[in-house]
Amino acid sequence: MKKMLNKANLYWLLFCVGGYALLMGLMSAGIIDAVNQTVIQTIIVNIILAISLNLIIGITGQFSLGHAGFMCVGAYSAGVMLKQIGGLNGFFIGILIGMVINAVLALIVAIPTLRLKGDYLAIATLGFGEIIRIIVLNMDITNGAAGLVLPRVVDFTILFVFMVVALLIVVNFTRSAAGRACISIREDEIASEAMGINTTKYKVIAFVIGALIASWAGALYAGNFYVINPGMFTYSKSIDILVIVVFGGMGSMTGSVISAVVLGFINSFLQSFSNMRMIIYGLALVMIMVFRPSGLLGTREFKFSSLFKRFTKKKEASQ
Amino acid sequence: MDSKNFFKLLTAGALSLTALAGCSNDGGGTTDEKVSIGLHYELKGDAADYGNAELRGSQLAIKLANENEDYQFTYEGIEYDNGSSENEAITISQRLISDGVVGVIGPSTSAPSAATYPILNDAQTIVVSPSATANNQTLVDPDDPNSDVYEYVYRVCFEDSYQGAAMAQFAVDTLGVQKVAVYGSVSSDYAKGLNTAFTEQLEKLGGQVVANESYQDGDTDFSAVLTSLASQEFDALYIPGYYNEAGLIIQQARELGIDCPIIGPDGFDANTLVELAGADNLNDVYFTTAYTTVDASEKLQAFIDAYTEEYGEAPAMFAALAFDATNLLIEAIEKAGTTDKATVNETIANMEFSGVTGDFTFDETHTPNKSVLVVELVDGVQETAVSVTPE
Repeated sequence: MKKMLNKANLYWLLFCVGGYALLMGLMSAGIIDAVNQTVIQTIIVNIILAISLNLIIGITGQFSLGHAGFMCVGAYSAGVMLKQIGGLNGFFIGILIGMVINAVLALIVAIPTLRLKGDYLAIATLGFGEIIRIIVLNMDITNGAAGLVLPRVVDFTILFVFMVVALLIVVNFTRSAAGRACISIREDEIASEAMGINTTKYKVIAFVIGALIASWAGALYAGNFYVINPGMFTYSKSIDILVIVVFGGMGSMTGSVISAVVLGFINSFLQSFSNMRMIIYGLALVMIMVFRPSGLLGTREFKFSSLFKRFTKKKEASQ
Repeated sequence: MDSKNFFKLLTAGALSLTALAGCSNDGGGTTDEKVSIGLHYELKGDAADYGNAELRGSQLAIKLANENEDYQFTYEGIEYDNGSSENEAITISQRLISDGVVGVIGPSTSAPSAATYPILNDAQTIVVSPSATANNQTLVDPDDPNSDVYEYVYRVCFEDSYQGAAMAQFAVDTLGVQKVAVYGSVSSDYAKGLNTAFTEQLEKLGGQVVANESYQDGDTDFSAVLTSLASQEFDALYIPGYYNEAGLIIQQARELGIDCPIIGPDGFDANTLVELAGADNLNDVYFTTAYTTVDASEKLQAFIDAYTEEYGEAPAMFAALAFDATNLLIEAIEKAGTTDKATVNETIANMEFSGVTGDFTFDETHTPNKSVLVVELVDGVQETAVSVTPE
C-alpha cells in the first residue's frame, strides 16, 4: 500500500483529476464549444484504441491489422444491448458481453496466428477483421448494412474514466514481469526464447488484453456517436489506428496519447479546408515520418518519477 | 519595380476589389440581413458524386434567390464536407449550429444523416434532406414506426420502400412480368430496403422472385452469378444498388445473353452508368426516379437551363432534389418573413411546395407525398417517363 502511494503516483492522480476538472470546467463554462467537445470525445476513443494496439504492435512487436474487428465487436455488443435493454445498464452489460466475445475471438485468432511472424501475421489479422465485418453485415440482430441508430448514453465522465483505466492497465502491464517478457520478444524473439520465455504465451496475453481494451473503445463509440454500421470498421479503420500508433512512436504510450490529440485537432482544424484537407493531412504525416522516423516520441515515456530524478540530480549537482 | 509604383499598384488592386465586392451585393434582396444556410454534403468518399451534385444544386438555388427582387432576405451558403463519415457529420453539424444557420440542407446519404439529425433537432435547427431515403429516417427510432418524428427534420425525396414497391407495380402492370430475378447489393441499407419492398409488392401482385443473389459494393466481376442466372428462366432482372456496380452488372449480363428487361432504382441515375455499361447495352432498362428531363415541366426546364448555363452540364437527379430542398427552406423563410427557426419550421410543416421534382406536401413523418417516375432507357438515353403509384 505504501508503495502505491509514492510521490510519482500521487502526482499522476493529481494530474488525472486536475485534467478532468479543467476540461469539465471549460466545457460547462462553454469555453470548449460543442464542436471541440466532439473532437475531444473522438480523441479519447482514439487514445483507447491506440494504446491497445500499441500494446500489441509497439510493446510486443506483433504486427496486427485486425484492430477494427475487435472494435466492431465491442461497438455492436454495446449497440445491440442498448437497443434491447436500453440505458446505461444495457450499455455496461453490452461492454461485458463484448469483452467475453472478444476474449474468445482473440484466443481463437491468437493461438494459431501468433506462431506466424511479421507479414504473415499482418495478413492473417487483416483477414480476421474483414471476417468480423462481413459477419456483422449479414446478421439480422445487427441490422445489416443499415447499422444501428442509438441514443447517446455516454458522457465525458464515462469516457474519461475508461481512458484512465485503460491507460493504467496497459502501462502497468508493460512494467510487470509479463510486460518485460513482451518487450524482450519485441527486441529479439529467439534470444528471449533461449532465455526460457514462453513467447507464444506472452504474445497471446498481450493480444487478448489489446483486444479487450479495443472492445471498450468500440462500445464507447457506439454509446457516444449515435450511429454504428459495418462500413465504419473496414481495414482502413485499422490503418487509421495504426497511423496514430506509428505517428506517436511505437512502444510509447505517451506518444500514442499525444499523437491521438495532435491528429484529432489537425483533422478538426482541416475540416474548414475541404478540398486541400487530405493533401495537407497526408503531407503532415509524411513530414513527421521524414523528420522523426521513429514517431513523435520514439519509445520514450513521460514519467513523473524520472522528472523527480532529474530535479534531485540537479540539486545534488548544485550543492 | 520601385516602391512608389508598387504602392500605386497595391492601391489600385485594393480599390478594384472593393468595387467588385460592391457589385456582388447589387442583385440581392432588400434588407442587408444575411441568412445563413448550412450545406452539409459528402464532397469526398463513397457518396461524393451525390454530394457534389447536390452542392451545385443548392448553390444555384441560393444564387437565384439572391437575384430574386421579391425576396426580402439575402442568403449565403456555408458549405462543409463531411467526407461520407458519420463522425465528421457530427462535428460539422455542431459547427453549423455555432455558425448560426437557420437551416441545414443535407447530408446526401442515410448514415451521416442519422448521426446529424439528433444534434440539429436538439438545437432546433431545421434540416431539409435532399436524398436521405432510408425507411423511417425522419423518426427518432427508425426501427419503431410508431416513434416520434424529429420535429425539425424534413426530406424532399420518397422512401426506399415506396420506390421499391413502385417498381414492382410497374413491372407487373406495364411490363407484364411474373418471374423476377433479384441481384442486389448487401452492402447498403438502401439496396436492402428496396429489395424487401420490391419483393413484398411483387408477391402481393401475384408475381414471384425466382432467384435472389447478392453482391458487395466494390465488386467488379459478376460473371459467376450472371452465368448461373443466364441458365434460369425469368422475365426481368431487378438490381437494387448504385450505379457503380449496376453499370458493370448490366454490361456483363447483356454480354452473357441476358436480354430480358433490367429494372432498378434511382441509384441508376448517374452519367457513370452509361459510361460503365455502354450505351448499346442500355436498352430495355427501366429505373424509378424522382426526376427526369423527359417531358419537363416549364419550371423544370427553367432549372435545367439555369443549371446548364451555370455549370456547363445537365443536372442529375440529386442536383434537382437539392435545388428543391434549398428552395423549400428559402421559400419558407420568405413566407414566414422571419429567421426565427420555430416559425419557419411551422411554415414548412404546413407548406404546399411546388418544385422541379413535383408538387408536394409533407405527411406526418415529414416525408413528401409525391409519385414515383419510371424512366426507360433507350441506347443509354432517357426516352419515356411514366408516373407510378404503388397500390
